[in-house]
Formats: sequence, C-alpha cells, structure tokens
Amino acid sequence: MSSHRIRLTVNGVAREILAPANRTLAQLLREDLGLTGTKQGCGEGDCGSCTVLLDGEPVNSCLVLAVQAHGHEVLTIEGLAQGRELHPIQQAFVELGGIQCGFCTPGMILSAKALLDKTKRPSQEQIRRALSGNLCRCTGYQKIVEAVSEAGRRLSRGRR
Amino acid sequence: MAAKYDVLGSRAPRLDAPDKATGRARFADDLNLPGQLYGALLQSPHAHARIKRIDVSRARRLRGVKAVLTGQDLPPILYGVSPARYDEEVLARDKVRHVGDDVAAVAAVDLETALEAVGLIQVEYEPLPALLTAEQALAEGAPAIHDLFPGNLCAEVHQEFGDVAAAFKQCHLIRSGRMVNKMQDGAFLEPNACIAEFDRRGNLTLYSSTQAPHYVQRTAAMVLGLNMSQVRVVKPYVGGGFGPKAAATPLELAACFLARRSGRPVKMGFTREQVFLFSRARHQFFHEMKIGVAKDGTFLALEHRCTLDGGAYSSFGIATVYYAGSLLGGPYRLPNMRYDGWRVFTNKPACGAQRGHGGVIARALFEQQLDLIAQELGQDPIALRLQNTMQAGDVTCNDLNMSSLGMRECLQAVGDGSGWRGKRGRLPRGKGIGMASGFFVSGAGYPIYRSETYHATVTVKVQEDGGGVKVLTGAAEIGQGSDTAMAMIAAEALGIPLRDVRVESGDTDLGVDLGAYSSRTTLMTGHATKEAAEDAREQILQALAEELGVVRGRLSIRRGRVKIAGGPVDIGPLRGRYLKEHRGWTDQPTGRELSFREAARVAYLRQGTIVGTGKYKPPPLGGEYKGAAVGTSPAYGCSAQVAEVSVDLETGQVFVERITDAHDCGQAVNRTSVEGQMEGSVSMGLGEALFEEVKFDSKGRVLNPSLGEYHIPTIMDMPQMKCIVVESNEPNGPYGAKEVGEGAIMPTIPAILNAVYDATGAVIDELPLTPERVLAAIKKAGQNKKGGRRKG
Ligand code: FES
Ligand code: FES
Repeated sequence: MSSHRIRLTVNGVAREILAPANRTLAQLLREDLGLTGTKQGCGEGDCGSCTVLLDGEPVNSCLVLAVQAHGHEVLTIEGLAQGRELHPIQQAFVELGGIQCGFCTPGMILSAKALLDKTKRPSQEQIRRALSGNLCRCTGYQKIVEAVSEAGRRLSRGRR
Repeated sequence: MAAKYDVLGSRAPRLDAPDKATGRARFADDLNLPGQLYGALLQSPHAHARIKRIDVSRARRLRGVKAVLTGQDLPPILYGVSPARYDEEVLARDKVRHVGDDVAAVAAVDLETALEAVGLIQVEYEPLPALLTAEQALAEGAPAIHDLFPGNLCAEVHQEFGDVAAAFKQCHLIRSGRMVNKMQDGAFLEPNACIAEFDRRGNLTLYSSTQAPHYVQRTAAMVLGLNMSQVRVVKPYVGGGFGPKAAATPLELAACFLARRSGRPVKMGFTREQVFLFSRARHQFFHEMKIGVAKDGTFLALEHRCTLDGGAYSSFGIATVYYAGSLLGGPYRLPNMRYDGWRVFTNKPACGAQRGHGGVIARALFEQQLDLIAQELGQDPIALRLQNTMQAGDVTCNDLNMSSLGMRECLQAVGDGSGWRGKRGRLPRGKGIGMASGFFVSGAGYPIYRSETYHATVTVKVQEDGGGVKVLTGAAEIGQGSDTAMAMIAAEALGIPLRDVRVESGDTDLGVDLGAYSSRTTLMTGHATKEAAEDAREQILQALAEELGVVRGRLSIRRGRVKIAGGPVDIGPLRGRYLKEHRGWTDQPTGRELSFREAARVAYLRQGTIVGTGKYKPPPLGGEYKGAAVGTSPAYGCSAQVAEVSVDLETGQVFVERITDAHDCGQAVNRTSVEGQMEGSVSMGLGEALFEEVKFDSKGRVLNPSLGEYHIPTIMDMPQMKCIVVESNEPNGPYGAKEVGEGAIMPTIPAILNAVYDATGAVIDELPLTPERVLAAIKKAGQNKKGGRRKG
C-alpha cells in the first residue's frame, strides 16, 4: 500500500504524518496521534461516536480517509477545553446529566459545538436535527437536549 | 425528606463526567500495552455444521503471525453462565451451532495481518440442517444441536401457585391473548474489546469491557486452569452493557489463550457485526395468557405459557425462562398463577439477559390484557390497577416480598402528571393515550453459581493525610453511575463532602462484586459501601475519643466537621499538633470545630492506616419450590408510565409524542442519575416497541447486523419525557435505596400498545409495531367492529 505524507492541523497543532492510503481519519487520530477521545462504535458511518469537526463541520471520522484531511483543520474532543476550564458545552453535559457511559459523548459534544457555532440559541427541533446522526443507547437523549440548550444559553450570555 | 441527608438525594454531577466530556476516560479499545499483538477470530459461515477438518498451516506461516489456535489446541472444558448448563466452548471443536460461532483465533503483529491469517485458515464443514425456529427445533426427528440436549429443549419450567383451575371457575370475566416479539440486540455503543496479558510468573491480567468482572474472572480461571487469585480482571470505562456484557465471551477467553501461547499481550475487539453475531440480548418470546377477574375487577387467576427461542447456547437463558413467569407475581395481588415455560435451542446467536431480564414481553401482554379487561368492565385502566395493586409488606403468590412498594403513588403520579383524566377517551381518532405498570428485582437474591459468597465486599481506605477516603470495590461502572452512587453513600456515612471521596472500581483485585446486572449495585454494593464507610468512621472517632479523653458517644461527623456533644472540650493541643505538622501549608484548619482531616490524621498517627471493610449478602429469600430463587430479591422497584401517541391511519406509522414516567427507587441516591435510568429505559423500550428486530435469512445469517439497519431510537424518535421520582423507604436497602435501572423499562411497551389501541382500536399481538403491522391491525379492527371504537 502506498503511503502519503499528510499535513493537517489537529486541535491547533500542525502535524505531519505518513499514512497508508486506506487509513481513516479516525485511525490516524486514535492510533497515530493517540487521541483516543474519538470513539468508534461501528466503523461504518452509522453511529456518530467518531464525530470530529473538519474545518468546523461535523464528520464521521471513520468514513473520512486520512488523506482527505490533508491541508485541513481537525478539532477533536481533546481540543475543546481551554486549559483547566471545561468548554461550556462540556460543562453543561456534566452538570445536567447528559453523560452516562460516555461513549457517545465526544461525538455528541462536537456535533453540538458545530450547531452552536452557527446557531446561538437553537430550538429543540434544531438541536434534535443537528444531533440526529449521533446515537446514544443510554440516556434517551433528553438530558443531552437540555444540556445543549443550556450551553447555548450560557454561550450567548457570556462571550460573543 | 430533603434535609435528612447531606449528600444523598442531590443532583451531584457524576465523578466520571469531566473525564468523559473531555475524551480522557479510557475504554478498553483505548488501552495499549507495550509489545501487544492483535487478535482476530475466524467465525462460522454456517448456522449448523460439523467441523471435518481445519487447516491452519498457511495461517501459521504468514509473516507476523505469532499464534494460531483452534478448538483442538484448547483444554476440553465447557463453560457458560449456569453451571448446570455449561455448553459453550471458546473455539468449536466438533461442530458449529450458529453463524458467527468461533472456530479459530489468531494473534499477529497488527490487525491486518491477523485478519489476513484468518482468511488463510481452511475449514471443511459438513453442513447440518439449520434449525432456525423453535418449531423446527422441537419437531420430531430434528437433529440435536447439543448432544447433551436431545430434543433441543434447553430448559422447562412448570409452576402453579394457588389453585388456578378452581379460581377460573369463580371468574366473572376471562380474557386470553398472545404476544410475540423479535430477537433484540443490546446495541450498546461500545463494541466489546479487551486486552489480555500474562506476567512471567503465569498471572493473568485481562482488561475488558464487561459488566461482570467477577464472573469473567471465574470463567477465565476455570477454562485456563488457573486459580482465581492468579486472574485479575480490570474493567476500564464501559460503553454500555444492558445485559449482553454480563458474562465471559469467547473474545475475552481467546485473547487469554492467545496471550498465553504467544507470551505477549493480545488486544482484541468485536466489530459491530460481531456484536450482532454474539448477541446474548433479548430472546424472542411467544407468550399466551389467560386472565380471570371477578365482577368488581379483582384479579383472580393467570394461566401463562411461554416458549423462548434461545439460540445456540444456554447463556443466561435458564434465568430468563424463570423470570418470564415469575415477574408477573406482582405488583398486583394475584392469588392463583400457573406458568409453563420452555426454552428451546436453535441455530441462531445465543440470547441472554437484556434490561428487564425475561419480564418485558410478558409484562407487555399482561398489561395489554388488563386494559382490555378494564374496557369490558367499563373501568378506567388506572383505577383498575389501583384497585388491585399490592402494598408494602405484601408477598406475591410466588413468595416475592414487596418490602416497600410505591406502586399506588406511581399510578397516581402518572395519572396526574399526564393529565390522564382530561385525555383518556377524549382524543380524536388517531391520537391515543395508554398506561401500564411493572416492577423488577433490586438485585438477584442468589449468585449465578451456587455459593455462599458475599455478593459485594467493599473497602474504604482513609488516606493517611486525612484529606479524604478511597472506596475500593469490584463493582462495575458501565454508565449507570454506580461509582458516583457509591461515593455519595460513603460520603453520607462518613459525614464528609462528596469531593473528599474517590472511587476505584471494576477490578477483581479490589474485592468481590458480582457485577452490574439484575439492578443490584445500588442496593448490594451500596450496603457494603455503607458498612465499610461506617467502619472507617467508627475507627476514626474511637481514636479521636481516646485522644481527646471523651467517650466515643459524644462524637459525630457532619459535613466534614467533628461535632462534640455535651459541653466544651479543649481541641487546642490536637489542633496545635496538626498545625505544626503542616507548617507552610495554606489550607490550615480553622474554626472552633475539628475537621474530619484532623480527626482522620490523628487516627492514623495512633494506629496506622485506617481501613474500613463492608460486605453484603442477602438473607435466604423465596419459597421452597423448584426455581424459587429466580425473581427473589431483597427489594423491588416499581413504576408506571403513560404514553401518548399519534398513529397515521393511512400509513400505520406510530409516533410516541409524550411519556410520563414514575418510578419508585426507594431513597434516590442521585436524582439526576435516577432520571437518567428512567429516560434510558424508556428509550430502549420504545425501540423494542416500534423498530427493533434482528432479522435472519433462511440460512441463519443476520440480515441487519449494523446500527444503520438495526434501528435503535435516534434523538428524532424520542419524545419529551416527564420523569417523576417516587421515593419509598426500602427497609432492606442502604438508606432506603433500591433499583431503577431495569424496572423502569417494564411499562414502556405495554403503555405504547395501549395508547395505540386507544388511538385506533387495534389490538396488536406482535412486535415491533411496524407500519405494515399496525395498518393490518387497524384494518382488522375496523372489520370486526364497524366504525372503529367508542370515539368519533
Ligand atoms: S464509528 Fe464512525 S459512525 Fe460509527
Ligand atoms: S451515554 Fe452511553 S451511549 Fe450515550
């Protein structure tokens, strides 16, 4: 298998990695960079647990080839908190019970981030639509919706 | 009630939430060990076949392959869940019994090589007739799937309580019905994964995504020929289990054998498809019931038959076939009950335990019939249930003791909370409201294997500096929040703030804990945690009393401060010593009261490390009859739900629009977690009611082994839920607490069925409620009763 030199920015840091053509972005993050916060619930684009932001847009990183991320900017769950402070979305998930087993959580939070970056105070409907690609078997989603909604409130009250 | 406790009953954020929110929390597949190999399994493409020959020579020769194992390389030891039904092999020796049965295992330097090697293994099979339904398996002359079980009957149960025949003679109204569901998948988001490693002295450590480290430890030790002390099972964070992860898997055991053979750590994981092929999830149940009531609606008798399609192995199925009957003993007074159950082997992945173990479909049919009975009697469904519900202290006809039971409160809460009175019978056609109730064990009364073992042992170690304590337990945090619950119980018992408690759990080296199944952890591990924390507290206060020269009885701890009753005591010398020991520290204790830190430090200085221990084992429970153990529990949780649906009368599509849910969990330990369990239960029940079905082709292959094709509820499918936490005081629970994890799923399916009936007049006896099925049922109902139902 031919290898490619991939240059990309991950959580604000420029990276250069040699990867075979069939390597997925999820594998590159988890295995080459040790960023295991990105989960893999299916490896076939069905569950959203591998969601990362590619130039701000949520993608299933198990379906994106690493080479496709060349020249792009990737945000993973590890890059969201600033220093010791949790990001307001993370904080809301923690406080409002949006997390149980936590396997869907990184993907959920990043999908929520993509939504809140565009829509400051989303409706329930908008939240549900934005997270419709992220499966959760534990929570029944109710507290996730509440957490995203609350994070939106806090974000629009605070900075921005 | 709220003021009674400082920590319990609050909405404290989970201890693990910040790590889970930031990607720091490590799950099994996130772990890597130096020098690790990657394992892969060769699985059967046949549903039923004899293995004639296996040729692994090409696989062994492949560069990078370090170990190849077949059934012939392993000791001929059978394992399983119930010792009386050990019927599984790690790797099949002579025959395969379902598509996906494991035949060979490979370890190689990377996953690609391991998979390539698997592809090079040649197996010659002699296909046998695939028995894909219970009917086929029970047919005259059907080949035996297991030699041990000719006739393919895995287990049968025949129980009668009271005198059913005589009771039916007294009945004013008798109704009969049937219900069949489809095989489910657990669909936890994290596929099973593990790493096994042997040290040079032959001790094994297995890191695995399991719900039951103790059972995995025991099974691994038995199969590998080790003492349990030589086997350590460590559970990292687990991405959900719901039942199917509650026993040892061939994945885990193969990883252990490969690690022993290769001398290197071996990492393995199921693909999502393999999760479906392994299954161990909800059975397919065929229920038939006859229910008789008196003129005033008093329940008099139940006759109940059930056949379970068990798949290829026993797994948890012995318990399942008993639970399917015993969990109808409550929560209503029912003096006469007969149950006949049969669990049948078929050539499909083995079914096992899933949330609401064994009782969910039985409950669906029973509660559906109750609504039809209410209608025939002209009674309101909630009123009929209220009339028949048991009370705290009642014992069911099958000897289950409802030591606390907030059933009445739950029924009233969902009635009020949903606006039932204004809606029932008043909604337009196509809109419906329905309700149901249920109950569940708060921990199985007996372990899976016959033993007098404690069900939980817990150690509370007081840190030597006095700054906090550590709870050490084998209990399995799998997402339900047990780490946080144990920390809260320890904090309450010690009288210290939650932030001063840390938890280390899920490691068999830390003590015995039977695991996260049968909704047992809050009650059982909770008891042991409370006892251990109280033991530590006593030791601290005893030491402090001696130090201060007062009697122990004058001392207590609350909110991290030492309270001294009965007149002033000079704490100056003790404080002085503490301050001297901590010169330069910025957080010195102040105020007129001693802090827990000072007390714990002085206790350490007097007698060394303070360690409190606790243990729990239920008292002997249940009746004398065969199978009396299954269904026994020190306590029972109960719940009621109201579902509001709309049904598209043109397409048959059902939308659940609102759920009102009340659950009696005894004293709520963590309110947010209780609601989380209720909401999660509703979503699993809703999925089973509306979409979930593992489908097979005529050769026994799973047709939809992916989360795309097997539809679990998405965020778009879930309605607004209103959760009402009902608190009783459970005398057998720690601080009065009991279960919420599984009981909460019991009413969901029947509440939806009853709402669909209210909306359409259709009685549906097959799940899931696909549009085609609903439409057909609506048509049939329309023919039977022209013009539909009472409403216009
Ligand atoms: S792992 Fe990528 S969508 Fe499931
Ligand atoms: S919290 Fe477990 S899958 Fe969402």
